Amino acid sequence: MRDAVAELVRDGDTVAIEGFTHLISFAAGHEIIRQRRRDLTLARMTPDLVYDQMVAGGVARKLIFSWLGNPGVGGLNAIRRVTEGPEASLELEEYSHFGMVARYTAGAMNLPFFPLRSYFETDLPKANPLIRPIESPYGDGKVYAVPPLRPDVTVIHAQRADAAGNTQVWGLLGCQKEAAFAADRVIVVVEEVVDEAVIRADPNRTIVPGIIVDAVVVEPFGAHPSYVQGAYDRDNRFYRDWDPISRDPDLTARWLDEWVHGVSGRAEYLAKLGDERVASLRPAAPAPSGAVDYGAYR
Amino acid sequence: MSGSPVPAPSAPAFSRNEMMIVAAARELAGQRVCFVGVGLPNIAVNLAKRTVSPDLELVYEAGVFGAEPARLPLSIGDPTIVTGAIAVTSMLELFGYYLQRGLIDVGFLGAAQIDRYGNINTTVIGDDYAHPKTRLPGSGGACEIAINARQVFVIMRQSARSFVDHIDFRTSPGNLGGAENAARIRREQGWLGSGPSVVVTDLGIYHFDESGEMRLDSLHRGATLDEVRATMGWEPRVAETLATTPEPTVQELRLIREELDPEGMYTK
Repeated sequence: MRDAVAELVRDGDTVAIEGFTHLISFAAGHEIIRQRRRDLTLARMTPDLVYDQMVAGGVARKLIFSWLGNPGVGGLNAIRRVTEGPEASLELEEYSHFGMVARYTAGAMNLPFFPLRSYFETDLPKANPLIRPIESPYGDGKVYAVPPLRPDVTVIHAQRADAAGNTQVWGLLGCQKEAAFAADRVIVVVEEVVDEAVIRADPNRTIVPGIIVDAVVVEPFGAHPSYVQGAYDRDNRFYRDWDPISRDPDLTARWLDEWVHGVSGRAEYLAKLGDERVASLRPAAPAPSGAVDYGAYR
Repeated sequence: MSGSPVPAPSAPAFSRNEMMIVAAARELAGQRVCFVGVGLPNIAVNLAKRTVSPDLELVYEAGVFGAEPARLPLSIGDPTIVTGAIAVTSMLELFGYYLQRGLIDVGFLGAAQIDRYGNINTTVIGDDYAHPKTRLPGSGGACEIAINARQVFVIMRQSARSFVDHIDFRTSPGNLGGAENAARIRREQGWLGSGPSVVVTDLGIYHFDESGEMRLDSLHRGATLDEVRATMGWEPRVAETLATTPEPTVQELRLIREELDPEGMYTK
């Protein structure tokens, strides 16, 4: 992870660490904080705790997003501190969920914009002038357009990939495929690296081909406190515990010192988290998919 | 504020939040496909599936159609919505093929501020967008749900801060400035949705009258009209025959307390 971030994430970049609740690469976020990147534009549909920590860690200049909160718990307090009141200092560029997905899709498809039926009669186009109305060229009314989003770097976490970066995911898919195809550089973080034959045995599950991947990083439990379908559960206790920590700037700084700057990487973070906590997050029982038969043809 | 138990003869004690969740769940009787929002909508919809509407297809914006959650998750992107679902889709497909295509019967939303026409703010509190008093989460999927779902249900606690004459920011359109105007705009712009149809609070149940304004149709047991007036930024319209919401049954309360929310995350 250290090498991938050192080589591929640069000061001033637009960085998208995507994954909707599922498969959020906290390991990459923490490494970016540790390497003290600066002036990043952070794009994510739901900034979640990972961007609250990165904003607190001083890496961000701007956020591009569609829902800013700690689901079921409350606000993202480090971000709130720099976006509320007369002293607000973090630049915000805000969309709806479909608008963010549409932006990545336009970026992935090399289109100048993406049309959608959202935003009519709302204040969102006033808050964000990049959301613009256009007439259908076929004369059947108006839609709104959003511009392509082309991150310099997209980071996704996945269950598995082969050494070439052919990446497979199951469970919630979010917009990782779109965010990866839209990006200039792609880092894939996985629970395990598998043989190419494993990928080829189940090609329907591949979301990103290795030809667009610049680095494959193996980082078991690298999505904690988010989750990996079938491997470990969302650590809801962590999401709740973050609320009082993030409300207090000193506690937040101390947390970052201890859990980010104070460890060399994810392995040390995990050791600190402890076997008991890790074990408590394993699924109660397996729920395997039924196998399908692709057939061999001559 | 909302947690005090209301004693009733020959019925179990219940909190106002429990009454709100139960009343919202019952409104889903007869519906087929429901888009589930984060927070209170999540528990109301899951209760409906276990009571009045077992065939309800739960759609989660994270990209799940036909979810069968075994537990009520803190977040709406929890692994339990995936295991056993009918379909997992990318979010592009979920918002494009399912929502914008018109397959959602009911979009279930929460709100920080709502006005008499059901227009919703979940973006900022304060007049200055760039320097708000309070930064709220923003739209998420709410803006497109309000436009594309066939009907919109709202569940939220009622207070003078949330039921306001003027919302600070319109994140999700409701009946705009009135029913006639809203119907014309929805028709002209080809929206598939007809807008908000019910608002359930901890005090009562509102539907929208022919002018597009919220009308109190049912008051929960223990709530009073004075309380309703004290927690609204406008003079509410009240149905000629004001009903009393039937109180939660033993079965509904058991489901909430034992199965859906044993830790009281939603009901306290």
